This record gives sequence, C-alpha cells and structure tokens, in this order.
Amino acid sequence: MSLSHNASGFLGTALLALLPLSFSLAAAPSAERQDELEHLLTQDCGACHGLYLTGGLGPSLTRPALAGKTRASLIATITEGRPGTPMPSWKPLLSEPDIAWLVDLLQTREPRP
Amino acid sequence: MKHSILHRTLSRLAVAGLLAASLLVSACAPQQLRGSGDLGVIIERASGSVQIIETTGKTRLVRIDGLGDLSHASVVFSRDQRYAYVFGRDGGLSKIDLLERRLEQRIVQGGNSIGGAISQDGTLIAVSNYVPGGVKVFDARTLALVADIPATMLADGSRRSRVVGLVDAPGQNFVFSLFDTGEIWVADFSQGSTPVINRFKQIGKQPYDALITPDGRYYMAGLFGEDGMAQLDLWHPERGVQRVLDGYGRGEQKLPVYKMPHLEGWAVAGEQTFVPAVGQHRVLVLDSRSWKLNDAIEVAGQPVFVMARPDGRQIWVNFAYPDNHRVQVFDSETHQLVADLQPGPAVLHMEFSARGEQLWLSVRDGAQVQIWDPYSLTLLKKLPAQSPSGIFFSSRAQRTGL
Repeated sequence: MSLSHNASGFLGTALLALLPLSFSLAAAPSAERQDELEHLLTQDCGACHGLYLTGGLGPSLTRPALAGKTRASLIATITEGRPGTPMPSWKPLLSEPDIAWLVDLLQTREPRP
Repeated sequence: MKHSILHRTLSRLAVAGLLAASLLVSACAPQQLRGSGDLGVIIERASGSVQIIETTGKTRLVRIDGLGDLSHASVVFSRDQRYAYVFGRDGGLSKIDLLERRLEQRIVQGGNSIGGAISQDGTLIAVSNYVPGGVKVFDARTLALVADIPATMLADGSRRSRVVGLVDAPGQNFVFSLFDTGEIWVADFSQGSTPVINRFKQIGKQPYDALITPDGRYYMAGLFGEDGMAQLDLWHPERGVQRVLDGYGRGEQKLPVYKMPHLEGWAVAGEQTFVPAVGQHRVLVLDSRSWKLNDAIEVAGQPVFVMARPDGRQIWVNFAYPDNHRVQVFDSETHQLVADLQPGPAVLHMEFSARGEQLWLSVRDGAQVQIWDPYSLTLLKKLPAQSPSGIFFSSRAQRTGL
C-alpha cells in the first residue's frame, strides 16, 4: 500500500514537473462550469468521499484532512488516480483547469456547518 | 388574456387546495386502517429526509426530516413490515414507523457507516462501520447495543479495517467483509447475544461489496483489488472461501470506475446470474450452479445496479457517471438489448415491486422518482423528490439478504 502510494506520488510529481505552465496559464472555468464542478464534487465525489466529504471508502477531503498536502499532489491524484486504490483517473472527464479549480476549492473553502 | 389570468388563478387555487389537503394528511396520523405491504421508503440524500410512498396508488404519503447525512443510505424492514430502519452515512440509525408515519427513534452509533441488515428472526439490527471499523448489533425494538464486533486492526495500528457487504444469513447469522484486510467474517447469534465468529482470511484484495443469493446459501464478495469474486458456501463453511471468476479480465486495460458497482441487486434469473463487471463496460453472465462465466454483455457504461425483473425475464442496468442518465434493459434469454432508455440526469437506483409490475427509479438530478411499467416499457408517473437515491419497498422484509 505504501509502496504504491509512493509510486503514484512520484509519478504525479514527475508529470507535474512537465505541466506546471499549462496549469497556471489555463483559464479558470466559467461560472456555469464551476456550478457543475461543485455539483460533481458534492454528488459524485461524495459517492465515495461522503456527501460532506468526511470520508467513506475514499478518505476525508475536508480542509483539516488535507492539511499538509500540496496543491500539486492533490492535482496529480485527481488527474491520474491512485493506483492500487479505487480512486480513478479523472483525466478523461475533467480538464486541467477543472481539476485545479476543484483543488483550490477543497483547500480554501470554509468547512460546512 | 383575461381568460388565461383567470385560468392561472384558478389553477393556483387548486394547487393551494391540494397543498393544504396534503398538509392536513401529514399533520395527523392516518385514521383508516391500512396494511403496510405496499409501502416503501425513498432516500432524499442531500436533505437528510426520506419519503414514505405507497405503490398501490403510486403516491407520496409523507416526508420525514432530520435523518442526517443520507449519502449512500440504505433501509431494511421489520418482519411485520411496520418499521423501516434507515442506515445513514454519518453513523445514524433511524427507526421509522411506516403506519404512524413518523421517526420513532434515532441514534448515532458510529462515525461513518455503510449499511446494515436485520437478523433472520427480526430481533437484531446490525450496522457495518468504516469508522470505527467493525459491526455493531442492536436490539431491533429498542435500538440498545447488543454486541460490538471490532474489525481487524491494520498492520500499522492506525485504525481498524472498514467493513462492507454486511448481510443477514439463515441460522441467525450476519456475514460481512473487511475491505482493508481482505477477510470474510460470519457472526453467529444463534446462541444468544454474544456471537460466535468464524473468520476467513486472505479471501482476496479489497472486497468492496457483497451479496447473498436469495436462498441464503452463497455469500459472494466482489473484489476491487483483483479480478474475480470470493465465494463462501454457507452450507459448507468448512470448505473455506473459493474464488469464482478467477482471472477474468486479467491483462485487459481496466477502465476508470467513477462509482463502485453494487452487488445487492444481484440478478438471479433462473440458471443464470447477472453481475456488474468492475472497470469494464460489461454485465457478466454466470451459470447459477457452476458459477462459470457464460457470457459478457456489452453495455453503455460502468454498470452500477444489475437487477432482474422478479419474473426473471428482463435485466435492468444503470450506470456510473458519466453515463448515469441511461438505463438499459436486456432480455435474459437472448442477452439482446430490449430498451435503451434515458430517464433523466443521474439515475441512481431502481426497485421492482415484489411481483414486478412496477419499476421505480430515482433520477437524482431530475429531482424526481419515475414509475415505469417494465412490461410495456412505458413511464407511468413521476413523483417529485429532492435528490432521490435509494428506493426500498417493504416487501424486502420477507427476503433474506435485503
């Protein structure tokens, strides 16, 4: 388990090293797309991570739970998935700006009451 | 112009009248005697509420609020079909009186939960927990704790394994799987409230859900971490856990799975059993006796629920995101596509009436539940619901494993 974690983290870091410009230069999603992404986060990510992202089969994604994780590693996890776990690669469905926006949302928004 | 205003006013009055009437109905307990065999519960996942519905007139009876986080919630029924037990994600266990139409009792028994089961004799309710990893068992009448069964501690000592695939089995047993440590446990309550636990280890990687065949003989756990399924023959536990479908799909490039399939709706139709593949857009067809693979049906996406119409003639399939606006119906004899439906955005669950003349399906992002005639393949009615997910009919009370 820890082996595959390290491997995927390394892979993610390696991939990101190739991509930082495209992430930072990409336009932010439109307001409409942001609504879709937030819905996706609550309903579809929530299927494994919990409706309030407090965890389930997938780990908790609350702000405290993500403390200490870098933006780059979170982007890599969503983009590539986590081999050896049920976390899939979202690359086929989400664009780079979509994923970056979701990570920013997870890292900055206030916890729900 | 005037006419249309008058018409609008009249229709508003009519709506207000209907609203008042429905409020009146829900405000006081039902006065007339009625049975509970045609009742059901619909989970409204985002608002922490459930609806009680009836399938005779196909109407909503009442909405009950205050049930907490109901994502991935499920329901079992008391053997007299009067009470529904709702298992919430947040560890909530709620007991609903379907006839009085009210929440009778609610406890929060864990931190993070994934479903439950009711014992063969109806006296015990078991809940499987992710946090703290294990199973807790309660008195069905009072919801008092009867037994606590902690799961295996992980090797690093950080926490206990998450528990999935909890079902009831004949002989006052509960059977469940340990996701993180790859085990199947049988907890036998036939001798009283202290269970005798039979542990099967190394059954395969990451059992993510399980089911028990309708006769209660075979417990089958789907494995996420490897191909195949782990099968325990409860007539012969001494033979241990066998692997069926071993190696299926090995070497094929797996597709990403955006929602884990469910095995609960396990479709046994005569000599064939239909199950969702994981990471493949296929429904697998097994021989119900030998458990060998007979066929693999190409379907529209990652299947989530694969359900047989109660007469066994049709197989209904819904899908994971991003194909969750579709439902496909297959002929169980020919495996041919019978209907390719698009009921609406995010179809999460399907439930047949016990005799199969109705199919209810929840359309989460369409904020409705649809009632279909699965014989004519026509939509009969739509009922409004807030982010509906699971649909559970009280007829489940009489079935092992549901």
